[in-house]
Amino acid sequence: MTVVPTPQPPAESEARFARRFITPEGADLRLMLGSGGDRAAAFLLDILIIIVTLIAFTLLIGWIVASVGLKDAELWGVAWLLGFFVLRSGYFIAFEAGPRAATPGKRILGLRVAARDGGRLTAEAVFVRNFMREIEVFLPGVFLLAANAAGDPVEGWVVLMGLIWTGGFLLFPMFNRDRLRLGDVVAGTWVVKAPRRSLAADLAAGHSGGDFAFTRDQVSAYGVKELQVLETVLRARDKRTMTAVAERIRGKIGWYKTPDERDEAFLTAYYAALRGRLEHRLLFGHRRRDKFDKA
Amino acid sequence: MNGDLKSNRFRTEREADWKTLERLLAKAEGGRASRLTSAELMQIPLLYRSVVSALSVARATSLDASLVAYLEALATRAYFFVYGARAHLGDRLARFFRKDWPAAVRSLWRETLIATAILVFATAAGFTLVSSNPDWYGSILPGAMAQGRDPTATTALLKDALYHDAKGQPLSFFATFLFTHNAGVSILAFALGFAFCAPTALIVADNGLTLGALMALYASRGLLVPLGGWLSIHGTTELFATVIAAGAGFRIGWAVMFPGPLTRLEAARAAGRTAGAAMAGVVVMLVAAGVLEGVGRQTIQLDWARYAIGGAMLTLWLAYFYLPRREA
Repeated sequence: MTVVPTPQPPAESEARFARRFITPEGADLRLMLGSGGDRAAAFLLDILIIIVTLIAFTLLIGWIVASVGLKDAELWGVAWLLGFFVLRSGYFIAFEAGPRAATPGKRILGLRVAARDGGRLTAEAVFVRNFMREIEVFLPGVFLLAANAAGDPVEGWVVLMGLIWTGGFLLFPMFNRDRLRLGDVVAGTWVVKAPRRSLAADLAAGHSGGDFAFTRDQVSAYGVKELQVLETVLRARDKRTMTAVAERIRGKIGWYKTPDERDEAFLTAYYAALRGRLEHRLLFGHRRRDKFDKA
Repeated sequence: MNGDLKSNRFRTEREADWKTLERLLAKAEGGRASRLTSAELMQIPLLYRSVVSALSVARATSLDASLVAYLEALATRAYFFVYGARAHLGDRLARFFRKDWPAAVRSLWRETLIATAILVFATAAGFTLVSSNPDWYGSILPGAMAQGRDPTATTALLKDALYHDAKGQPLSFFATFLFTHNAGVSILAFALGFAFCAPTALIVADNGLTLGALMALYASRGLLVPLGGWLSIHGTTELFATVIAAGAGFRIGWAVMFPGPLTRLEAARAAGRTAGAAMAGVVVMLVAAGVLEGVGRQTIQLDWARYAIGGAMLTLWLAYFYLPRREA
């Protein structure tokens, strides 16, 4: 991944998917569940990969039959049918039982399958969660196709009832907090975010004040929330935002800008100073949430 | 003001370890766990623990949000490797075949028995229906599945279908189609169990009706014995697999309907664990059935040999699943 989105203090929507997850060492990993959108996108990607592979495979078999002649056509037909079957039923299982516990689609979206109890993800669980796709995806698909073919009204009603029934299976993840689909319920799994993040440079590294000497009052103007917004601004490095933010801070703390002072340098120095102050207070047990917090 | 921040020093001191862990994990996740040296393999849990403790410290003392997020992501990845690490594949397979699979099937005996009863009853029903009125045949077996084997076919053609459907080839397209179709039916029978068992029962019954209808048709031409051979060589394995799959589905549906003292979610998961091992075994059985059907049936044309193989397979499965054995 090239872009590393800077994490914000968890917003409302994010906190909805955060789960306490205590490791045996007693640390809380704060797992993030995959959202419905991510899951659906990953699934569509996987389906796309399957379809493209299937088309390529079909062309390959067709090319072989065309070049070796129709003598062994049936044998190649058998190969095609078996290949299709393995791809359709084995794709998800093979990838999720692997060391990454994720299909290519999930990997692109930064998701993986995990056992809900924190134990290991067994092959049996992977089998179960993917066999359940038959009624979650395949069956609604069958009814959808039947809907096109339905001739008389009675058949139409049957198909409609079938669609409503199986649609319930398909939409099941929308109706529970953990976004479990039926396969997850039965297999005891869930899908969590496991993104790869690279370690970004420490903005406060090598800042010992320099030209900027802030008074204690000046570094006591803000709390953690503002500090982390400032971190976001500094990492995004957008010139106009930085100028605007620098102006706001100068106004708030009563800092007089010297003619050759650069906004980024000022902000970085102030960030380091503010973080130093807040972390110092943190060591003494005071976490100042934001600028309104008088602690 | 106060020199380098403590949180910054904290990070510089440990950064190298984190990078090492990241590198090892990338190697392990790339499916190259076997390429990790044993020293590296030993190193991962140690590095993981140090990252977890660094995460706790960072949360308490560092206000660098990106650092905390990085450590969270790294600790999560490492957690899944350390605690999700599987035993050696060979050991897992050995355990599955020696213990998990037969144990799961054994614990499903009641459900399997019910599914078998449904299958047998439906077969008898199909047989009786078609015997008393051949018109039933068309509504039980649609044209595509019948492949010309219907009441209008000549006896010679029906007989031919039993012995020469491969035209000398070991694998036929139709046999493969039937195999994928039946495997799909088994999986569907399992999955539908979740919908309170009833649809699974319907699928098993449908299978039995088809079977009964086919038997009635062949019986009317005095070909019941050859048909039995044609069916049983792979059918004992395949139908057994279907019945176990249906049993696994029943287990889940029952757990969802009547969770007992557990919550519905816990009950479903507990049922899923047993059902999962049984279903993994069903896949093995279906592959075995596929080989018997695709290769064995096409090359072995003698009725008694077909019966013998079918019977032997059934005995083998029964012994493997249900014979009492020492607890390993």
